[in-house]
Amino acid sequence: MSEPVQMIGGALILLGAIWSIMGAVGVLRFPDVYTRIHAASLTDTGAATLMLFGMGLMGEAGMVTLKLFFVWAFIMLTTPTSANALANAAFGSGHSPRIGNFQIVRGKNGGGSAPDRGARA
Amino acid sequence: MTPAVPDVSFVLNVSLLVMLLAVAVAIAVTRSLLAAILLLSVYSFLGAAWLMVMDAADVAFTEAVVGAGVSTLVLLGALLLTRGETIKTDWKQQIGPLALVLAVGGLLIYAAAGLPGYGDPASPANSYVGRAYLQATYNDIGAPNVVTAVLASYRGFDTLGETTVIFAACIGVALMLDPGSSGAPAQASRIRPGQHIVLKVISKLLIPLIILFAFYVQFHGDLGAGGGFQAGVTLAVAVILHALVFGLDETTRAFPPHLMRAISSGGVMVYSAVGVVCILNGGGFLDYDFLFTPQLEAAIPPGLLGDPDSKHHWGQHFGILLIELGVLLTVSSTMVSIFFGFAGRAPRAASVGQGG
Repeated sequence: MSEPVQMIGGALILLGAIWSIMGAVGVLRFPDVYTRIHAASLTDTGAATLMLFGMGLMGEAGMVTLKLFFVWAFIMLTTPTSANALANAAFGSGHSPRIGNFQIVRGKNGGGSAPDRGARA
Repeated sequence: MTPAVPDVSFVLNVSLLVMLLAVAVAIAVTRSLLAAILLLSVYSFLGAAWLMVMDAADVAFTEAVVGAGVSTLVLLGALLLTRGETIKTDWKQQIGPLALVLAVGGLLIYAAAGLPGYGDPASPANSYVGRAYLQATYNDIGAPNVVTAVLASYRGFDTLGETTVIFAACIGVALMLDPGSSGAPAQASRIRPGQHIVLKVISKLLIPLIILFAFYVQFHGDLGAGGGFQAGVTLAVAVILHALVFGLDETTRAFPPHLMRAISSGGVMVYSAVGVVCILNGGGFLDYDFLFTPQLEAAIPPGLLGDPDSKHHWGQHFGILLIELGVLLTVSSTMVSIFFGFAGRAPRAASVGQGG
Protein backbone atom coordinates (compact mmCIF):
# COMPACT_ATOMS: atom_id res chain seq x y z
CA MET A 1 0.00 0.00 0.00
CA SER A 2 1.50 3.28 -1.11
CA GLU A 3 2.05 6.30 1.05
CA PRO A 4 -0.43 8.74 -0.63
CA VAL A 5 -3.30 6.25 -0.36
CA GLN A 6 -2.55 5.87 3.33
CA MET A 7 -2.65 9.62 3.75
CA ILE A 8 -5.95 9.92 1.91
CA GLY A 9 -7.36 7.18 4.13
CA GLY A 10 -6.18 8.98 7.24
CA ALA A 11 -7.64 12.24 6.01
CA LEU A 12 -11.00 10.55 5.39
CA ILE A 13 -11.03 9.11 8.90
CA LEU A 14 -10.22 12.53 10.32
CA LEU A 15 -13.00 14.07 8.24
CA GLY A 16 -15.37 11.40 9.55
CA ALA A 17 -14.38 12.27 13.12
CA ILE A 18 -15.03 15.97 12.50
CA TRP A 19 -18.37 15.04 10.92
CA SER A 20 -19.28 13.04 14.02
CA ILE A 21 -18.53 16.00 16.26
CA MET A 22 -20.63 18.23 14.04
CA GLY A 23 -23.46 15.70 14.25
CA ALA A 24 -23.19 15.62 18.04
CA VAL A 25 -23.33 19.41 18.19
CA GLY A 26 -26.36 19.26 15.90
CA VAL A 27 -28.15 16.79 18.16
CA LEU A 28 -27.63 19.13 21.10
CA ARG A 29 -28.32 22.44 19.40
CA PHE A 30 -31.05 21.87 16.82
CA PRO A 31 -34.48 23.17 17.78
CA ASP A 32 -36.87 20.21 17.40
CA VAL A 33 -37.03 16.42 17.21
CA TYR A 34 -36.89 16.13 13.45
CA THR A 35 -33.82 18.26 12.90
CA ARG A 36 -32.12 16.41 15.74
CA ILE A 37 -32.92 13.07 14.13
CA HIS A 38 -31.50 14.50 10.94
CA ALA A 39 -28.25 15.42 12.67
CA ALA A 40 -27.99 12.06 14.42
CA SER A 41 -28.66 10.00 11.32
CA LEU A 42 -26.21 12.04 9.26
CA THR A 43 -23.58 11.09 11.83
CA ASP A 44 -24.52 7.44 11.49
CA THR A 45 -24.43 7.35 7.73
CA GLY A 46 -22.07 10.07 6.55
CA ALA A 47 -19.40 9.88 9.23
CA ALA A 48 -19.46 6.08 9.25
CA THR A 49 -19.11 6.00 5.47
CA LEU A 50 -16.13 8.33 5.55
CA MET A 51 -14.45 6.41 8.35
CA LEU A 52 -15.05 2.98 6.90
CA PHE A 53 -13.87 4.11 3.48
CA GLY A 54 -10.77 5.60 5.09
CA MET A 55 -10.12 2.35 6.95
CA GLY A 56 -10.55 0.41 3.73
CA LEU A 57 -7.88 2.57 2.11
CA MET A 58 -5.51 2.26 5.05
CA GLY A 59 -5.81 -1.48 5.57
CA GLU A 60 -4.59 -4.19 3.27
CA ALA A 61 -6.87 -4.95 0.37
CA GLY A 62 -8.56 -8.32 0.83
CA MET A 63 -10.75 -9.84 3.52
CA VAL A 64 -10.57 -6.71 5.67
CA THR A 65 -11.88 -4.55 2.83
CA LEU A 66 -14.71 -6.99 2.21
CA LYS A 67 -15.65 -7.04 5.90
CA LEU A 68 -15.59 -3.24 6.03
CA PHE A 69 -17.86 -3.18 3.01
CA PHE A 70 -20.34 -5.46 4.77
CA VAL A 71 -20.21 -3.32 7.90
CA TRP A 72 -20.92 -0.31 5.72
CA ALA A 73 -23.80 -2.04 3.96
CA PHE A 74 -25.27 -3.06 7.31
CA ILE A 75 -25.01 0.46 8.68
CA MET A 76 -26.53 1.94 5.53
CA LEU A 77 -29.47 -0.45 5.86
CA THR A 78 -30.16 -0.10 9.54
CA THR A 79 -29.48 3.47 10.63
CA PRO A 80 -31.68 5.23 8.05
CA THR A 81 -34.39 2.74 8.98
CA SER A 82 -34.10 3.55 12.65
CA ALA A 83 -34.12 7.28 11.88
CA ASN A 84 -37.25 6.75 9.81
CA ALA A 85 -38.93 4.75 12.59
CA LEU A 86 -37.97 7.38 15.13
CA ALA A 87 -39.35 10.22 13.04
CA ASN A 88 -42.47 8.21 12.34
CA ALA A 89 -42.99 7.57 16.05
CA ALA A 90 -42.37 11.22 16.89
CA PHE A 91 -44.89 12.29 14.27
CA GLY A 92 -47.38 9.71 15.45
CA SER A 93 -47.17 10.87 19.04
CA GLY A 94 -47.94 14.41 18.02
CA HIS A 95 -44.61 16.22 17.84
CA SER A 96 -44.98 18.96 15.29
CA PRO A 97 -41.88 20.33 13.64
CA ARG A 98 -40.80 23.77 14.74
CA ILE A 99 -40.07 24.91 11.22
CA GLY A 100 -42.92 24.63 8.75
CA ASN A 101 -46.30 23.11 9.42
CA PHE A 102 -47.44 19.59 8.67
CA GLN A 103 -50.70 19.70 10.59
CA ILE A 104 -52.83 19.29 7.46
CA VAL A 105 -51.17 16.06 6.44
CA ARG A 106 -51.47 14.56 9.86
CA GLY A 107 -55.11 13.59 10.03
CA LYS A 108 -54.99 11.83 6.69
CA ASN A 109 -51.73 9.99 7.05
CA GLY A 110 -52.20 8.98 10.67
CA GLY A 111 -48.52 8.24 11.02
CA GLY A 112 -48.94 6.41 14.30
CA SER A 113 -51.12 5.78 17.26
CA ALA A 114 -52.03 9.27 18.39
CA PRO A 115 -55.08 10.03 16.21
CA ASP A 116 -56.74 6.66 16.61
CA ARG A 117 -55.94 6.54 20.30
CA GLY A 118 -58.12 9.62 20.56
CA ALA A 119 -60.77 7.89 18.51
CA ARG A 120 -60.78 4.83 20.72
CA ALA A 121 -61.04 6.72 24.03
CA MET B 1 4.53 -1.06 30.20
CA THR B 2 4.50 2.74 29.96
CA PRO B 3 5.02 3.83 26.36
CA ALA B 4 5.59 7.51 25.65
CA VAL B 5 2.47 7.62 23.47
CA PRO B 6 -0.43 5.83 25.14
CA ASP B 7 -1.52 2.90 22.97
CA VAL B 8 -4.85 2.73 21.23
CA SER B 9 -6.55 0.30 23.57
CA PHE B 10 -5.60 2.45 26.57
CA VAL B 11 -7.20 5.52 24.99
CA LEU B 12 -10.26 3.45 24.05
CA ASN B 13 -10.49 1.98 27.55
CA VAL B 14 -10.35 5.36 29.21
CA SER B 15 -12.85 7.02 26.89
CA LEU B 16 -15.29 4.09 27.09
CA LEU B 17 -15.06 3.98 30.87
CA VAL B 18 -15.65 7.73 31.10
CA MET B 19 -18.71 7.34 28.88
CA LEU B 20 -19.92 4.41 31.02
CA LEU B 21 -19.57 6.55 34.13
CA ALA B 22 -21.42 9.46 32.52
CA VAL B 23 -24.28 7.19 31.44
CA ALA B 24 -24.44 5.59 34.89
CA VAL B 25 -24.73 9.01 36.53
CA ALA B 26 -27.40 10.00 34.02
CA ILE B 27 -29.38 6.83 34.82
CA ALA B 28 -29.20 7.59 38.53
CA VAL B 29 -30.26 11.21 38.06
CA THR B 30 -33.08 10.90 35.54
CA ARG B 31 -36.69 10.84 36.76
CA SER B 32 -38.23 9.42 33.61
CA LEU B 33 -38.18 5.64 33.60
CA LEU B 34 -38.31 5.56 29.80
CA ALA B 35 -35.14 7.61 29.59
CA ALA B 36 -33.54 5.40 32.24
CA ILE B 37 -34.32 2.26 30.23
CA LEU B 38 -32.91 3.74 27.04
CA LEU B 39 -29.83 4.89 28.90
CA LEU B 40 -29.43 1.37 30.30
CA SER B 41 -29.42 0.15 26.73
CA VAL B 42 -26.70 2.67 25.88
CA TYR B 43 -24.81 1.52 28.96
CA SER B 44 -24.93 -2.10 27.82
CA PHE B 45 -23.81 -1.16 24.35
CA LEU B 46 -20.85 0.77 25.70
CA GLY B 47 -20.08 -2.21 27.92
CA ALA B 48 -20.15 -4.45 24.87
CA ALA B 49 -17.76 -2.15 23.03
CA TRP B 50 -15.47 -2.19 26.04
CA LEU B 51 -15.52 -5.99 26.24
CA MET B 52 -14.65 -6.03 22.53
CA VAL B 53 -11.59 -3.89 23.27
CA MET B 54 -10.64 -6.47 25.91
CA ASP B 55 -10.81 -9.20 23.20
CA ALA B 56 -13.81 -10.93 24.77
CA ALA B 57 -15.85 -11.14 21.58
CA ASP B 58 -18.36 -13.75 22.75
CA VAL B 59 -19.15 -11.90 25.96
CA ALA B 60 -19.34 -8.66 23.99
CA PHE B 61 -22.03 -9.73 21.64
CA THR B 62 -24.04 -11.50 24.28
CA GLU B 63 -23.99 -8.20 26.15
CA ALA B 64 -24.97 -6.30 23.01
CA VAL B 65 -27.83 -8.65 22.22
CA VAL B 66 -29.18 -9.31 25.70
CA GLY B 67 -28.23 -6.14 27.55
CA ALA B 68 -28.84 -3.59 24.85
CA GLY B 69 -31.52 -5.43 22.91
CA VAL B 70 -33.72 -7.98 24.63
CA SER B 71 -33.64 -6.68 28.19
CA THR B 72 -34.42 -3.16 26.98
CA LEU B 73 -37.48 -4.51 25.20
CA VAL B 74 -38.59 -6.51 28.22
CA LEU B 75 -38.16 -3.47 30.44
CA LEU B 76 -40.11 -1.32 27.97
CA GLY B 77 -42.84 -3.94 28.01
CA ALA B 78 -42.83 -3.82 31.80
CA LEU B 79 -42.93 -0.03 31.71
CA LEU B 80 -46.24 -0.19 29.87
CA LEU B 81 -47.62 -2.05 32.89
CA THR B 82 -46.55 0.57 35.39
CA ARG B 83 -46.08 4.30 35.81
CA GLY B 84 -43.52 6.24 33.82
CA GLU B 85 -41.85 8.28 36.53
CA THR B 86 -40.00 7.55 39.71
CA ILE B 87 -41.67 8.54 42.95
CA LYS B 88 -40.15 11.57 44.62
CA THR B 89 -38.99 10.68 48.09
CA ASP B 90 -37.86 12.75 51.00
CA TRP B 91 -34.09 13.14 51.18
CA LYS B 92 -34.07 11.92 54.78
CA GLN B 93 -35.32 8.52 53.64
CA GLN B 94 -32.43 8.25 51.22
CA ILE B 95 -29.61 8.61 53.73
CA GLY B 96 -29.69 4.94 54.72
CA PRO B 97 -29.59 3.57 51.15
CA LEU B 98 -26.90 6.11 50.22
CA ALA B 99 -24.71 5.00 53.12
CA LEU B 100 -25.18 1.36 52.13
CA VAL B 101 -24.34 2.04 48.49
CA LEU B 102 -21.25 4.04 49.46
CA ALA B 103 -20.10 1.28 51.80
CA VAL B 104 -20.54 -1.45 49.19
CA GLY B 105 -18.93 0.71 46.52
CA GLY B 106 -15.98 1.40 48.79
CA LEU B 107 -15.58 -2.32 49.46
CA LEU B 108 -15.66 -3.06 45.73
CA ILE B 109 -13.03 -0.44 44.98
CA TYR B 110 -10.91 -1.82 47.82
CA ALA B 111 -11.31 -5.32 46.36
CA ALA B 112 -10.51 -4.13 42.84
CA ALA B 113 -7.16 -2.85 44.08
CA GLY B 114 -6.27 -6.42 44.98
CA LEU B 115 -7.06 -7.87 41.54
CA PRO B 116 -4.19 -8.80 39.25
CA GLY B 117 -3.52 -6.57 36.27
CA TYR B 118 -5.26 -7.16 32.93
CA GLY B 119 -3.42 -9.89 31.03
CA ASP B 120 -0.95 -10.42 33.87
CA PRO B 121 0.76 -13.77 33.11
CA ALA B 122 1.41 -14.35 36.81
CA SER B 123 -2.24 -13.95 37.83
CA PRO B 124 -3.90 -17.06 39.31
CA ALA B 125 -6.29 -17.37 36.37
CA ASN B 126 -3.40 -17.51 33.94
CA SER B 127 -0.99 -19.68 35.87
CA TYR B 128 -2.43 -22.92 37.25
CA VAL B 129 -5.67 -24.29 35.87
CA GLY B 130 -5.80 -21.92 32.92
CA ARG B 131 -2.38 -22.97 31.73
CA ALA B 132 -3.24 -26.63 32.19
CA TYR B 133 -6.32 -26.21 30.02
CA LEU B 134 -4.37 -24.39 27.34
CA GLN B 135 -1.79 -27.16 27.21
CA ALA B 136 -4.15 -30.12 27.37
CA THR B 137 -6.98 -28.97 25.11
CA TYR B 138 -5.33 -29.74 21.80
CA ASN B 139 -4.64 -33.35 22.77
CA ASP B 140 -7.81 -33.98 24.75
CA ILE B 141 -10.47 -32.25 22.71
CA GLY B 142 -8.92 -31.07 19.46
CA ALA B 143 -11.05 -27.93 19.42
CA PRO B 144 -9.13 -24.77 18.51
CA ASN B 145 -11.30 -22.62 20.76
CA VAL B 146 -10.20 -23.39 24.30
CA VAL B 147 -13.12 -21.47 25.77
CA THR B 148 -15.58 -23.78 24.04
CA ALA B 149 -13.56 -26.81 25.08
CA VAL B 150 -13.62 -25.76 28.73
CA LEU B 151 -17.26 -24.71 28.64
CA ALA B 152 -18.68 -27.67 26.78
CA SER B 153 -16.35 -30.55 27.56
CA TYR B 154 -14.19 -30.12 30.65
CA ARG B 155 -16.97 -28.36 32.50
CA GLY B 156 -19.92 -29.75 30.61
CA PHE B 157 -21.66 -30.45 33.89
CA ASP B 158 -21.56 -26.75 34.90
CA THR B 159 -22.94 -25.76 31.54
CA LEU B 160 -25.76 -28.25 31.94
CA GLY B 161 -26.54 -26.48 35.20
CA GLU B 162 -26.55 -23.10 33.47
CA THR B 163 -28.85 -24.38 30.76
CA THR B 164 -31.19 -25.72 33.41
CA VAL B 165 -31.18 -22.32 35.13
CA ILE B 166 -32.24 -20.70 31.87
CA PHE B 167 -34.96 -23.29 31.48
CA ALA B 168 -36.08 -22.51 35.03
CA ALA B 169 -36.30 -18.82 34.07
CA CYS B 170 -38.55 -19.79 31.18
CA ILE B 171 -40.81 -21.77 33.51
CA GLY B 172 -40.84 -18.94 36.04
CA VAL B 173 -41.90 -16.35 33.49
CA ALA B 174 -44.45 -18.73 32.04
CA LEU B 175 -45.96 -19.29 35.49
CA MET B 176 -46.10 -15.60 36.37
CA LEU B 177 -47.03 -14.00 33.09
CA ASP B 178 -48.76 -16.94 31.47
CA PRO B 179 -48.07 -16.02 27.86
CA GLY B 180 -50.39 -17.10 25.14
CA SER B 181 -52.99 -18.89 27.21
CA SER B 182 -55.14 -15.78 27.57
CA GLY B 183 -58.41 -15.98 25.72
CA ALA B 184 -58.10 -12.28 24.90
CA PRO B 185 -58.85 -11.65 21.22
CA ALA B 186 -56.17 -10.37 18.94
CA GLN B 187 -55.60 -6.79 19.84
CA ALA B 188 -51.90 -7.34 20.24
CA SER B 189 -50.68 -5.92 16.97
CA ARG B 190 -50.49 -2.19 17.24
CA ILE B 191 -48.98 -1.90 13.79
CA ARG B 192 -51.59 -1.98 11.11
CA PRO B 193 -51.00 -2.83 7.45
CA GLY B 194 -49.69 -0.01 5.37
CA GLN B 195 -47.70 1.52 8.18
CA HIS B 196 -43.97 1.38 8.71
CA ILE B 197 -43.28 0.11 5.24
CA VAL B 198 -39.59 0.97 5.48
CA LEU B 199 -39.28 -0.95 8.73
CA LYS B 200 -41.04 -3.96 7.29
CA VAL B 201 -38.97 -4.11 4.13
CA ILE B 202 -35.68 -3.72 5.97
CA SER B 203 -36.70 -6.25 8.62
CA LYS B 204 -37.59 -8.77 5.95
CA LEU B 205 -34.11 -8.25 4.57
CA LEU B 206 -32.37 -8.46 7.91
CA ILE B 207 -34.18 -11.29 9.70
CA PRO B 208 -32.76 -14.04 7.43
CA LEU B 209 -29.31 -12.52 7.81
CA ILE B 210 -29.63 -12.48 11.60
CA ILE B 211 -30.68 -16.13 11.58
CA LEU B 212 -27.80 -17.00 9.26
CA PHE B 213 -25.42 -15.20 11.59
CA ALA B 214 -26.85 -17.10 14.56
CA PHE B 215 -26.15 -20.41 12.88
CA TYR B 216 -22.69 -19.27 11.90
CA VAL B 217 -22.01 -18.42 15.54
CA GLN B 218 -23.47 -21.76 16.58
CA PHE B 219 -21.41 -23.96 14.29
CA HIS B 220 -18.31 -21.83 14.51
CA GLY B 221 -18.22 -22.22 18.28
CA ASP B 222 -15.57 -24.95 18.00
CA LEU B 223 -13.24 -22.71 16.05
CA GLY B 224 -13.78 -19.13 17.12
CA ALA B 225 -15.79 -16.92 19.38
CA GLY B 226 -19.31 -18.20 19.76
CA GLY B 227 -21.40 -21.10 20.90
CA GLY B 228 -24.89 -22.04 21.92
CA PHE B 229 -25.55 -19.16 24.31
CA GLN B 230 -24.54 -16.46 21.85
CA ALA B 231 -26.28 -18.13 18.93
CA GLY B 232 -29.40 -18.67 21.02
CA VAL B 233 -29.82 -15.03 21.95
CA THR B 234 -29.09 -13.95 18.37
CA LEU B 235 -31.70 -16.35 17.04
CA ALA B 236 -34.20 -15.09 19.61
CA VAL B 237 -33.58 -11.53 18.49
CA ALA B 238 -34.62 -12.44 14.95
CA VAL B 239 -37.96 -13.73 16.26
CA ILE B 240 -38.41 -10.73 18.54
CA LEU B 241 -37.66 -8.33 15.70
CA HIS B 242 -40.34 -10.07 13.67
CA ALA B 243 -42.80 -9.68 16.53
CA LEU B 244 -41.97 -5.99 16.90
CA VAL B 245 -42.42 -5.16 13.26
CA PHE B 246 -45.14 -7.50 12.11
CA GLY B 247 -47.12 -7.75 15.31
CA LEU B 248 -47.29 -10.39 17.99
CA ASP B 249 -50.12 -12.30 16.35
CA GLU B 250 -48.15 -13.03 13.21
CA THR B 251 -45.18 -14.23 15.22
CA THR B 252 -47.11 -16.40 17.64
CA ARG B 253 -48.66 -18.13 14.66
CA ALA B 254 -45.19 -19.19 13.53
CA PHE B 255 -43.74 -19.66 17.02
CA PRO B 256 -46.59 -20.61 19.36
CA PRO B 257 -45.75 -19.92 23.03
CA HIS B 258 -46.49 -23.49 24.12
CA LEU B 259 -44.10 -24.79 21.46
CA MET B 260 -41.44 -22.38 22.73
CA ARG B 261 -41.81 -23.81 26.23
CA ALA B 262 -41.61 -27.35 24.88
CA ILE B 263 -38.42 -26.51 22.98
CA SER B 264 -37.00 -24.91 26.09
CA SER B 265 -37.30 -28.17 27.99
CA GLY B 266 -36.30 -30.13 24.89
CA GLY B 267 -32.93 -28.39 24.81
CA VAL B 268 -32.13 -29.46 28.35
CA MET B 269 -33.24 -32.97 27.45
CA VAL B 270 -30.96 -33.10 24.38
CA TYR B 271 -28.10 -32.01 26.59
CA SER B 272 -28.78 -34.62 29.28
CA ALA B 273 -29.43 -37.32 26.69
CA VAL B 274 -25.89 -36.86 25.37
CA GLY B 275 -24.64 -37.46 28.90
CA VAL B 276 -26.78 -40.56 29.31
CA VAL B 277 -25.60 -42.00 25.98
CA CYS B 278 -22.03 -41.60 27.22
CA ILE B 279 -22.92 -43.56 30.37
CA LEU B 280 -24.58 -46.31 28.33
CA ASN B 281 -21.42 -46.66 26.27
CA GLY B 282 -19.33 -47.21 29.36
CA GLY B 283 -18.04 -43.73 30.10
CA GLY B 284 -18.92 -41.13 32.68
CA PHE B 285 -21.75 -38.64 32.42
CA LEU B 286 -20.94 -36.23 29.53
CA ASP B 287 -17.66 -38.04 28.79
CA TYR B 288 -17.77 -37.46 25.05
CA ASP B 289 -14.93 -39.88 24.31
CA PHE B 290 -17.52 -42.61 24.87
CA LEU B 291 -20.21 -40.98 22.75
CA PHE B 292 -19.62 -43.43 19.90
CA THR B 293 -19.47 -47.17 20.38
CA PRO B 294 -16.16 -48.67 19.16
CA GLN B 295 -17.93 -50.29 16.19
CA LEU B 296 -19.37 -46.96 15.07
CA GLU B 297 -16.03 -45.27 15.49
CA ALA B 298 -14.35 -47.95 13.41
CA ALA B 299 -16.86 -47.38 10.64
CA ILE B 300 -15.81 -43.75 10.22
CA PRO B 301 -13.34 -43.46 7.35
CA PRO B 302 -10.02 -42.01 8.54
CA GLY B 303 -9.23 -38.47 7.55
CA LEU B 304 -12.86 -37.43 7.12
CA LEU B 305 -12.25 -34.25 9.07
CA GLY B 306 -9.07 -33.56 7.12
CA ASP B 307 -6.59 -34.55 9.77
CA PRO B 308 -6.02 -38.35 10.09
CA ASP B 309 -5.42 -37.96 13.82
CA SER B 310 -8.68 -36.18 14.29
CA LYS B 311 -10.62 -39.44 14.45
CA HIS B 312 -9.67 -39.65 18.07
CA HIS B 313 -11.63 -36.46 18.67
CA TRP B 314 -14.81 -37.41 16.87
CA GLY B 315 -16.68 -38.10 20.06
CA GLN B 316 -15.58 -34.75 21.45
CA HIS B 317 -16.56 -32.90 18.27
CA PHE B 318 -20.00 -34.41 18.13
CA GLY B 319 -20.55 -34.18 21.85
CA ILE B 320 -19.79 -30.47 21.82
CA LEU B 321 -21.93 -29.97 18.72
CA LEU B 322 -24.90 -31.76 20.28
CA ILE B 323 -24.81 -30.09 23.65
CA GLU B 324 -24.37 -26.70 21.96
CA LEU B 325 -27.52 -27.55 20.03
CA GLY B 326 -29.30 -28.20 23.32
CA VAL B 327 -28.06 -24.88 24.68
CA LEU B 328 -29.17 -23.10 21.50
CA LEU B 329 -32.68 -24.55 21.73
CA THR B 330 -33.12 -23.70 25.40
CA VAL B 331 -31.64 -20.21 25.27
CA SER B 332 -33.44 -19.04 22.14
CA SER B 333 -36.85 -20.39 23.11
CA THR B 334 -36.52 -19.06 26.64
CA MET B 335 -35.68 -15.58 25.39
CA VAL B 336 -38.62 -15.68 23.01
CA SER B 337 -41.02 -16.90 25.71
CA ILE B 338 -39.91 -14.20 28.12
CA PHE B 339 -40.52 -11.61 25.43
CA PHE B 340 -43.91 -13.13 24.62
CA GLY B 341 -44.75 -13.06 28.30
CA PHE B 342 -44.20 -9.32 28.60
CA ALA B 343 -45.34 -8.33 25.13
CA GLY B 344 -48.55 -10.34 25.39
CA ARG B 345 -49.55 -8.37 28.47
CA ALA B 346 -48.49 -4.91 27.37
CA PRO B 347 -51.21 -4.20 24.77
CA ARG B 348 -53.91 -5.37 27.15
CA ALA B 349 -52.58 -3.12 29.89
CA ALA B 350 -52.27 -0.21 27.50
CA SER B 351 -55.85 -0.59 26.35
CA VAL B 352 -57.04 -0.85 29.96
CA GLY B 353 -55.12 2.31 30.73
CA GLN B 354 -56.92 4.09 27.93
CA GLY B 355 -60.24 2.90 29.18
CA GLY B 356 -60.76 0.90 25.98
